[in-house]
Amino acid sequence: MTDIKKKSHEPLFHVSKNDAAPVSKSITIRIIAIAVALVIIGILSFVLIKENPIEIFKALFTGAFIDVGTLIQNTSLLLMFGLAVVPAFKMKYWNMGANGQVLVGCLASIACMKFIPAANPEIDNNIVILCMLAAGIAASVIWAIIPALFKAFFNTNETLFTLMMNYIAVAVVNYFVFVWDKSGSGTLKTVNFSFGSPTFRKGWLFPDSDKYIITLVVAVVMTLFTAIYMRYSKHGFEVCVVGESVNTAKYVGINVKKVIVRTLVLSGIFCGIIGFLYASCLSHTVNADVGGKGFTAILVAWLAGFDPLVMVITSFFVVFINTGAENVSNVFHLNSNDYANIVVGIIFFCIIGCEFFIRYKVHFNGKKLKSAAKEAE
Amino acid sequence: MNKEIALELRNITKRFGSKVVANKNVSLTLYKGEILSLLGENGSGKTTLMNMISGIYFPDEGEILVDGKPAVIASPKDAYAYKIGMIHQHFKLVETFSASENIVLGNNEPYNLKKINKRVCEIADRYGFVIDPKKKVHDMSVSEKQTVEIIKALYRGSDILILDEPTAVLTPQEIAGLFDVLRKMRDDGKSVIIITHKLNEVLEISDRVSILRKGEYIGTVNTAETNEKELTEMMVGKKVDLKINRVLIEKKKPLLEIRNLEVKSDIGSTAIKDISFYIRGGEILGVAGISGCGQKELCEAIAGLRKPEKGQIMHKGESIIGLPAREIIKKGISMSFIPEDRLGMGLAPSFSMTDNMMLKIYNEGHSPFVRRKKSRENAEALIKKLGIVTPSTETPVRRLSGGNVQKILVGREIESGPNVIVTAYPVRGLDINSSYQIYDILNEQKKKGVGIVFVGEDLDVMLALCDKILVLCHGEVMGVVHASKTTKEELGMMMTGSLDLTNVKEYGIARDSNLSEEEWSAAAAEDNTVRGEE
Amino acid sequence: MITTIIVNAIRMGTIFLFGCLGEILTEKAGHLNLGIPGIMCIGATGGGFAVKLYAGNVTEVNGLVLVILSILGTMLFAGLAGLIYSFLTVTMNANQNVTGLTMTTFGVGFMKFFAKRIYDQKLYVSVSGYFKNLFGFEKSSNAFAQIFLSHGVLVYLSILTAILLTLFLKKSRFGLYLRSIGESPATADAAGINVTKYKYVFIILGSAISGLGGLYYVMDRSAGTQFAEAAIDSFGWMAVALVIASLWKPIFAVFGSIVFGGLSIMDAQLKTLSLSDQKLFALLPYLITVIVLIVVSMLKLKDNQPPSYLGQTYFREDR
Repeated sequence: MTDIKKKSHEPLFHVSKNDAAPVSKSITIRIIAIAVALVIIGILSFVLIKENPIEIFKALFTGAFIDVGTLIQNTSLLLMFGLAVVPAFKMKYWNMGANGQVLVGCLASIACMKFIPAANPEIDNNIVILCMLAAGIAASVIWAIIPALFKAFFNTNETLFTLMMNYIAVAVVNYFVFVWDKSGSGTLKTVNFSFGSPTFRKGWLFPDSDKYIITLVVAVVMTLFTAIYMRYSKHGFEVCVVGESVNTAKYVGINVKKVIVRTLVLSGIFCGIIGFLYASCLSHTVNADVGGKGFTAILVAWLAGFDPLVMVITSFFVVFINTGAENVSNVFHLNSNDYANIVVGIIFFCIIGCEFFIRYKVHFNGKKLKSAAKEAE
Repeated sequence: MNKEIALELRNITKRFGSKVVANKNVSLTLYKGEILSLLGENGSGKTTLMNMISGIYFPDEGEILVDGKPAVIASPKDAYAYKIGMIHQHFKLVETFSASENIVLGNNEPYNLKKINKRVCEIADRYGFVIDPKKKVHDMSVSEKQTVEIIKALYRGSDILILDEPTAVLTPQEIAGLFDVLRKMRDDGKSVIIITHKLNEVLEISDRVSILRKGEYIGTVNTAETNEKELTEMMVGKKVDLKINRVLIEKKKPLLEIRNLEVKSDIGSTAIKDISFYIRGGEILGVAGISGCGQKELCEAIAGLRKPEKGQIMHKGESIIGLPAREIIKKGISMSFIPEDRLGMGLAPSFSMTDNMMLKIYNEGHSPFVRRKKSRENAEALIKKLGIVTPSTETPVRRLSGGNVQKILVGREIESGPNVIVTAYPVRGLDINSSYQIYDILNEQKKKGVGIVFVGEDLDVMLALCDKILVLCHGEVMGVVHASKTTKEELGMMMTGSLDLTNVKEYGIARDSNLSEEEWSAAAAEDNTVRGEE
Repeated sequence: MITTIIVNAIRMGTIFLFGCLGEILTEKAGHLNLGIPGIMCIGATGGGFAVKLYAGNVTEVNGLVLVILSILGTMLFAGLAGLIYSFLTVTMNANQNVTGLTMTTFGVGFMKFFAKRIYDQKLYVSVSGYFKNLFGFEKSSNAFAQIFLSHGVLVYLSILTAILLTLFLKKSRFGLYLRSIGESPATADAAGINVTKYKYVFIILGSAISGLGGLYYVMDRSAGTQFAEAAIDSFGWMAVALVIASLWKPIFAVFGSIVFGGLSIMDAQLKTLSLSDQKLFALLPYLITVIVLIVVSMLKLKDNQPPSYLGQTYFREDR
């Protein structure tokens, strides 16, 4: 009788952490997840837009390669956003505020671009650009460390704080756009773009045709820097220790507060550089929609297990899916990105879900359970 | 007089893994309306046994009878159904809830706080508790939290109450109050099992005492018919001779001198009360005591992780109080504490062995980069030296067995070339061979003139390994004895608070101190002014 | 004019209030659902379907049936979205931020895609009257009647929900269980509470409530004129902010929603301000939220902190 009752209390399966899934297994699981997602998308597409799923997949998979320049630029930008947040994530500091940080960086750069040449038309373009970079970085760093300081000293919830900082940044940008734009239309025209004006193209970095290259170069440098920083530098090592266990960090004499603030300064610098890039070569203007890849970057970093080098692959993958889905909208004349968002959502839900099978081991009841219990003990 | 049996354990055996037997054939009887003390050293299996009664673990063999009928207790819920309630050492309370809210949590009954408050007060009045049912847990003292836990059990109608070291966190007045309550519960017909180490408390509160040693049931005696000496002997057993060489070396100047130290625990109670001692180079000072008697807080105070309330810690004549942990490490003071889960402090579980080796030394030098190559070489050397079994130096340490993890931790501390080693439970959970390897390492360091504080559990080991042994009982020093001149019984009596040698002569003050008495009092005075300003 | 501002603040605030109440329920269970903006969109879509299916297929529309069906449709859709979120974050232990943000992307696309296909302005506008002006005082000149009696059925429903939620959290056994799960799942587990089950129930219910904010916007606030192009997601973020500003208390959220609502419509009301200064008004709700967050953490007000397990996965073996 004892045995019967005891059995009824045993769960059907038992889940344990698995930190050593072989690469082949994790790739297989992800491929299965994508396949499942595609089946769902195929069925949905057939029902909703009454198109042949095969044609849809074709559009989905080829879409990214229609415009390779944009593919490179978008991948690089998304990767940079990811790199800006990844050291903080490694520390278990959930920086949701990359959007806001980039936005204020861009705003500060644009301010320099607009007012320095206007006040002094003869000024050397390089000086303008340096000022823009410095101002962008300074603004982003301030935006990034405000929540960090409160986290370090008062343990203020950083997820909510950084999230709110995004919307404050949007409001600030909207404010300045209205202040600067006398027409009252609420959009700031491309800065320093009027032929014959003495400030013509002051603060512009490289010709437009090179903007793919410049984002790629900056992304490569940032990736290498972050990879080396996280893996080989003392600072990066401290970040990992704090993320692993605050207790252990204190135990070996690490000043946890200092590490939190310093890491977010780095994050701010990265965001400042991205903001500067938007100002100097990608948009030459500022509005609330500039950047906006901060949330997707969280997905990119998380999927990569916070490894900067793997993030190259995940950011490419995310852009690949996004552009592919947009292409589906174009090819089938859906006239907007709604369907793309649905497709992207389904694929990501499946991938998010499958991570479970990579990070945990499921033992079904029976012999496996017993051996697992022994292992655990 | 034939009393009714409330609970009976028959031949209970519990194993963890294939090697560790936590309880072996334990049989125990609890009568209605009595207080039974469960006595035993650390690792004697008391808590494991009680956890099987309260549904945390399930016994591998044997049976449990409640009111004479076989009972299956597979979860805490089942335990409550059998009217068994256990008060753990670590309270399970929601901080932002009031006392009543915590008491009623998970109890499927209509939620009417007024009625619940009233019932809580009724129970409190009946047994002489003082409680404000509306007070939030985060505003409560430790003893109030304990009261909430006890009332929670009573509220659910428990007739059998198990208390795991309830007095460890209480002041003497609070203990007296608790005992009054327990007596009233006994008179009310309830049965109480109390786990405690203090013999005076055992003799004061219980009707009978059951003793466990190394997982086995030794016997039960009526409290009225026994004395401290008999109980101590039953608890510690006969002395076992271990072949550990005690290296004798020349006496050196004191390295670390501690005077009048007072340290608080995480929960705000006083963990270390006014203790003084010193360590010389080339000496192993054992620190004996039932676990949770302030060992952790003492170690952390020395390592600079916990700010003392009072007192001085002098390293080679210089105060190290208030220095950041990193400065203390630089002075050559190494501290390693093996907590029960082994990985909690000092190691990063998902880091590789190389990175763990690097934890304490990564900051050396002016280069902005870490020197992983050197650490890898250190790791490889350590693997060879201590016979650590690992697939590679890059495997996360959480995947290694406990013994190997400990060797890494202790080995790393020694590699850093310290002059003072504070090591707590370095052989916790290790097999015989690995333990001896660790003793050898420590003896080697001793020969080099390093001063070692060895916080341990096994008295036989400490008697063989240490030069002197300091005995702690609930944060207070019961005395420092020479290992070669003392006996296991004497240590046992001191650990349980029934023998206090500190009155015999002035303890813990080195005659050849690095500082003159004037300098000590100057330090103490400065200490007072600094604290006064705060 | 003050009356107009208050009336509009209440009506605008109702969008935030629904989102906020749902998120409070979710956060009390220890889950930060950043998918709420998307779930509000999905809820609006569900409600939109119900309106279309019922009002588009009967000759004579019964107002009560219409309102009930659209509420059920909304809660069904939003609840299903909550189920997806719960499955991923509770059962599959996925990161809550990542899952929530993906839900928002998905939800926005979902609404726009379907709204375009089902939206029929004439139909929606014609039946929107059933959602508005419950007590018939819309045109009243009495300030009291204007402020308290002129709104649509969903406005009153949102306040009723807030009151019920307060009673539930404070006075009911299950409210107690819910709070214990967000504060200390291990304690709840030890007390015999089925943590997983309750998380599912409350996250799904929370999502369903949030979804009503979307329905309210489409059918009442915009009177059926906005659907596919509605910026419901941006209202959703305001709702997330309101949770913090109201200290996780539903009753505070009612007043907070009026303040937030007031700040959102203020730019159109204060004609004397320059356009740029009006833009700064948009900053205030978030600034207030940040200040509340800071003050609460600096003062260490133990009873007003975010649920201590917010955002963390509860994995039993980690205990």
